Amino acid sequence: MKLDKNNYRYDFPIIANWVNTNSKVLDLGCGDGELLNYLKKERNITGYGIEKDPDNWLKSLKKGINVLQVDIEAGLPEFEDNSFDVVILSKTIQSMHNTEEILDEMLRVGKQVIVTFPNFGYWRDRIQSIQGVMPKSKELPYSWFNTPNVHLCTIKDFDDLCKSNKYKIVDRLVLTDNKSVTFFPNLLGALALYNLVNH
Amino acid sequence: MKEKNSVGIVKSKKFVCKNPLKLNSGFLLKEFELAYETYGKLNLKRDNAVLVCHALSGDHHLAGRYSSSDKHPGWWDSLIGPNKPLDTNKFFVIGVNNLGGSHGSTGPKSINAKTKKPWGSDFPIATVEDWVNSHEALITSLNISKLAAVIGGSLGGMQAIQWAIKFPKRIKHAVVIAAAPNLTAQNIAFNEVARQSIITDPDFNKGNYYEGEIRPRRGLRIARMLGHITYLSDDVMGSKFGRKLKYKDYQYNFNTEFEIESYLNYQGDKFAKEFDANTYIRMTKALDYYDPANGSKRNLSKVFKKIKSKFLVVSFTSDWRFSPNRSKEIVKALLDNNIDVKYAEITAASGHDAFLMEEPRYHAILQSYFNKML
Repeated sequence: MKLDKNNYRYDFPIIANWVNTNSKVLDLGCGDGELLNYLKKERNITGYGIEKDPDNWLKSLKKGINVLQVDIEAGLPEFEDNSFDVVILSKTIQSMHNTEEILDEMLRVGKQVIVTFPNFGYWRDRIQSIQGVMPKSKELPYSWFNTPNVHLCTIKDFDDLCKSNKYKIVDRLVLTDNKSVTFFPNLLGALALYNLVNH
Repeated sequence: MKEKNSVGIVKSKKFVCKNPLKLNSGFLLKEFELAYETYGKLNLKRDNAVLVCHALSGDHHLAGRYSSSDKHPGWWDSLIGPNKPLDTNKFFVIGVNNLGGSHGSTGPKSINAKTKKPWGSDFPIATVEDWVNSHEALITSLNISKLAAVIGGSLGGMQAIQWAIKFPKRIKHAVVIAAAPNLTAQNIAFNEVARQSIITDPDFNKGNYYEGEIRPRRGLRIARMLGHITYLSDDVMGSKFGRKLKYKDYQYNFNTEFEIESYLNYQGDKFAKEFDANTYIRMTKALDYYDPANGSKRNLSKVFKKIKSKFLVVSFTSDWRFSPNRSKEIVKALLDNNIDVKYAEITAASGHDAFLMEEPRYHAILQSYFNKML
């Protein structure tokens, strides 16, 4: 399989690291299907993607992805409890309205849950905020008036949510560009990746 | 002038099956004929055949024309042809008229060998299961051991589902469009109104009208008008007709005043001239009866257990007779069994009829899906 250079994302290998070989994976907001395709190649996974955007849906179909056009804001009623090894929500949580509900649903359906999001606590975002403008960056490319993002959060925010909702974090990685950030991650990290399990 | 991407002039064929077919009703059909058409070429491996199942008022004439002066092409001509989404350069496409039909397959209009008279009301009600069993006989006679796909919309989609359930080893893909795992009470209710309008038409004569001159057109006409309303959405009727009048002012009589009335009357008349009343009531019964899971959603997952084929399921947002939620029931039961499935919910204004339209996204999906198949 040839990877599309433009679509290849540096967070893919990290996600793949957390996914066991031959897992059954559900990718919520699978976009053009590139992540599932990557996991198929690297981890021999099977599974499904959910995508509501018609253009991305078709791109996924063309890659042979089992892509379903359902609205994840309504939960995951099509899926049974513990029916997936891994459920992934990659760079999508910030655009969702029912944030807690979808996390609960993911933990119901999947034995393991991977969530990634752009860290709104990243220093570049903070500087723009101080300058009095809504932050724009590589991870957050939209203007305030056309952004799909309604629930941006920082790493600290997400940690707090996991704590109060008793989501069990088994792994957390923070990245800026291609590099892991361990020093002041909430300030210096652009992208956060969480590996949660249901209990 | 040669039509672009058309299969051109086509001819119907006939399959005669001398083996008896036991119907769901218990009736033993000693022999039967199926009218069918094919487009494209069966390849050497005989693995590029696609069976297209028709809906309530369809038949085996899917694409092309019978002569150069033929006014209308087959009912799915927009989909089927060289370089069209179901590309006849690659696929061998088969259309078949279902048992009980009136377009060449054995049905109420056919001569009953025993009485030497038209079957009329004596012709048994054939179900989706019976149709699929008869299709299988046709496919076997064409020496095709495995179909690349079975595709159908509405009642046709039910047949695609039934193919996957009944003959899991003989179908690679099922393409199920604007369908449902069974009919809702509301749907059955609409069908019953249609049937009552036909059965109570004095010209229907209990279904025995073939030997006379008169055809029961009034009831069929009303049935079609009713059907037509339900196949469209409120929005599309509103935008197409609104409250537009035929004349400048109200006429204060019972002749057609509104454009929508005129449209429905025209559609009803046209259909009643072309279609057979006995066939219509039988097709609606097949719709009502189909329910592989006996009304239980849980059971549908069990029924799907042996399915080996992959699925594409498509629904349309404004379709309220076979709503997206009904398609999702199919998807859910497939997911429960880890079956490969793709599901699209297409934004379309035209209601249930959307599955017959040339909506760009819809056709792009089918094109891409079929492209990946071979």
